Amino acid sequence: MSGDTVLEVKNLVKHFPITSRGVLMKKQVGIVHAVDGVSFSVKRGETFGLVGETGCGKTTTARAILFLDPPTSGEIYFDGKEVSRVFRSKNKAAILKLRRKMQYIFQNPYASLDPRMTVADIIMEPLLIHRHVSKEKWYDRLYELLRLVGLEEYHAERYPHEFSGGQRQRICIARALAVEPELLIADEPVASLDVSVRAQILNLLQELQQKFKITYLYISHDLSTVRHICHRIAVMYLGKFVEIADTDDLFESPLHPYTQALISSIPVPDPDAKTKRTRLPGEVPSPINPPAGCRFQPRCIYSKEHNCVENAPELFDVGHGHLVACEKACN
Amino acid sequence: MEPKELLKIENLTTYFDTWAGIVKAVDGVSLEVREGETLGLVGESGSGKSVTALSILRIVPRPGKIINGRIIYKGENLLEKTESDMQKIRGKEIAYIFQDPATSLNPVFNIANQLIEVITRHQNVTKKEALEKAIELFKLVEIADPEIKIWNYPHQLSGGMKQRIAVARALSCQPSLLLADEPTTALDVTIQAQILDLLKNLKQKLRMAMILITHDMGVVAGVADRITVLYAGRVCESASTRTIFRNPLHPYTRALLEAVPSLALKREKLKVIPGAIPNLIELPSGCRFNPRCEFAKQGICTTKIPELEEIEPDHYVACVRAREIEAESRFRSLSQ
Repeated sequence: MSGDTVLEVKNLVKHFPITSRGVLMKKQVGIVHAVDGVSFSVKRGETFGLVGETGCGKTTTARAILFLDPPTSGEIYFDGKEVSRVFRSKNKAAILKLRRKMQYIFQNPYASLDPRMTVADIIMEPLLIHRHVSKEKWYDRLYELLRLVGLEEYHAERYPHEFSGGQRQRICIARALAVEPELLIADEPVASLDVSVRAQILNLLQELQQKFKITYLYISHDLSTVRHICHRIAVMYLGKFVEIADTDDLFESPLHPYTQALISSIPVPDPDAKTKRTRLPGEVPSPINPPAGCRFQPRCIYSKEHNCVENAPELFDVGHGHLVACEKACN
Repeated sequence: MEPKELLKIENLTTYFDTWAGIVKAVDGVSLEVREGETLGLVGESGSGKSVTALSILRIVPRPGKIINGRIIYKGENLLEKTESDMQKIRGKEIAYIFQDPATSLNPVFNIANQLIEVITRHQNVTKKEALEKAIELFKLVEIADPEIKIWNYPHQLSGGMKQRIAVARALSCQPSLLLADEPTTALDVTIQAQILDLLKNLKQKLRMAMILITHDMGVVAGVADRITVLYAGRVCESASTRTIFRNPLHPYTRALLEAVPSLALKREKLKVIPGAIPNLIELPSGCRFNPRCEFAKQGICTTKIPELEEIEPDHYVACVRAREIEAESRFRSLSQ
């Protein structure tokens, strides 16, 4: 493993059982295949994008990495260490140490801040838990963090309801940065913000990355922001990766038919844009009974020419670190 | 021949009288929709897009109240109509598609019931005929197996399917004007593309006019003929789609277009609009955009509320400095 890989995920699987109440005990009646064997690695200081539509398993992947929902199987390495061994060891000090290095920014800043805590309480809570800063320096750290994310010192004594969505997201970022993490998982951090505020937060994330060399795992369904902020992108469909590539590579020469359709579905803010859109028929199938073979096969225009129902394609390197899981694209 | 005017809103003012103060959600909005055209109503949250649309049908929720203005639809002022006259217009003449299909359909009735209700209400048909019409509508919005799907309940359908049904319900009485309030915001991009195509095709097929409310510049670029940009309850700029994108004159429109990350452009710093949307109870004095505007001039912009002015033919801008900005942009394009 190369030294500059921060996060490596191997064959991560997360299944959720569906149970119905039986006579005496719960019966398992099905399985939601939320994440079904994804592998990727994130280099230090880069922004790795996880893109896909609702229900494809982006958030579940992120939550499994942090053991917020322990994965069903698979290996996760952070800085070369097995994450699951630490989390399952019940060694509280070790878990805390690991948690400090990986932080999470949630999608909705209206739900992820406790309305009864002041901003100071919110940002200083991680300091209280991790105790990596001596008590005398807590307030210095608080004001430093507030300035860092573009807030003022007098904001510290206010409550979350006094802030706009963009400011709330700044508070969330400050809270995540309080413990000096190496990896920041940003789960749709701008999806619930207004267009004019989105740019502020995206720029802030980029500035912080340059300043502290933080690695981002950036989850989004919005391809235009992903293109803006990410260095590498993985496209997810129904619990599996269909394509991983450098951002420019992915947008200039997408190989998987799903990626192609996804990119061409984005409305372009230009009235004269040539619309040669590839329309996807139908909708995303249920992850309870995913289609046999390639999961995209029922909606794919090329599936008839190839044996997509029988062979589930694996990710295949077509050069320059561009991986694609498709029979047609590989040939 | 100039297309006929279908709807004209003059100086619409809708306030919400809350315990915290008067929320000036819509404060003197004027716009027009011509027959068969799509008007894109663009703005961020709190700009008054939805309240404008709700005011047209006079279904503003309490404590909202239309204080002032005229809404002329086919030559008649809707604000002077009685409630029973309005009920004949809602759904029949002017239909509404709500943002979230999950909440705009009634969960305790099956789809057939909900469509039959609208059809029998406005048309003189029996339930059986209404059901046939409903199945026809299902085919129109391209739903497979309409005879089976129509007996489903909303929870059995996906988000995209529900929005198709909301479209079908809105179109059931062949309205002349469709108000689509963020019809694709709750949907995924691939489904959004499907629904936008559907709306575009149906609009042509049925020759109706549409007001498409959205915050997404990409969506309006592909669908709208003309665009009206709202900010904090007032119109900033109103022009054809091409003009808005090629020659925007209001500083807000310009900033909005530049703040959107583009697929075509490479990674660089995004242009930022400083600050946040103003509080609608305590609005800044003068032009509402002045605290965030890079062109704002002390004295002028902070005291005078700019009125909509026709800067070029069919290009209306509410900015005192619009002419200067225009001259500057013309100079820049000449010098390039």
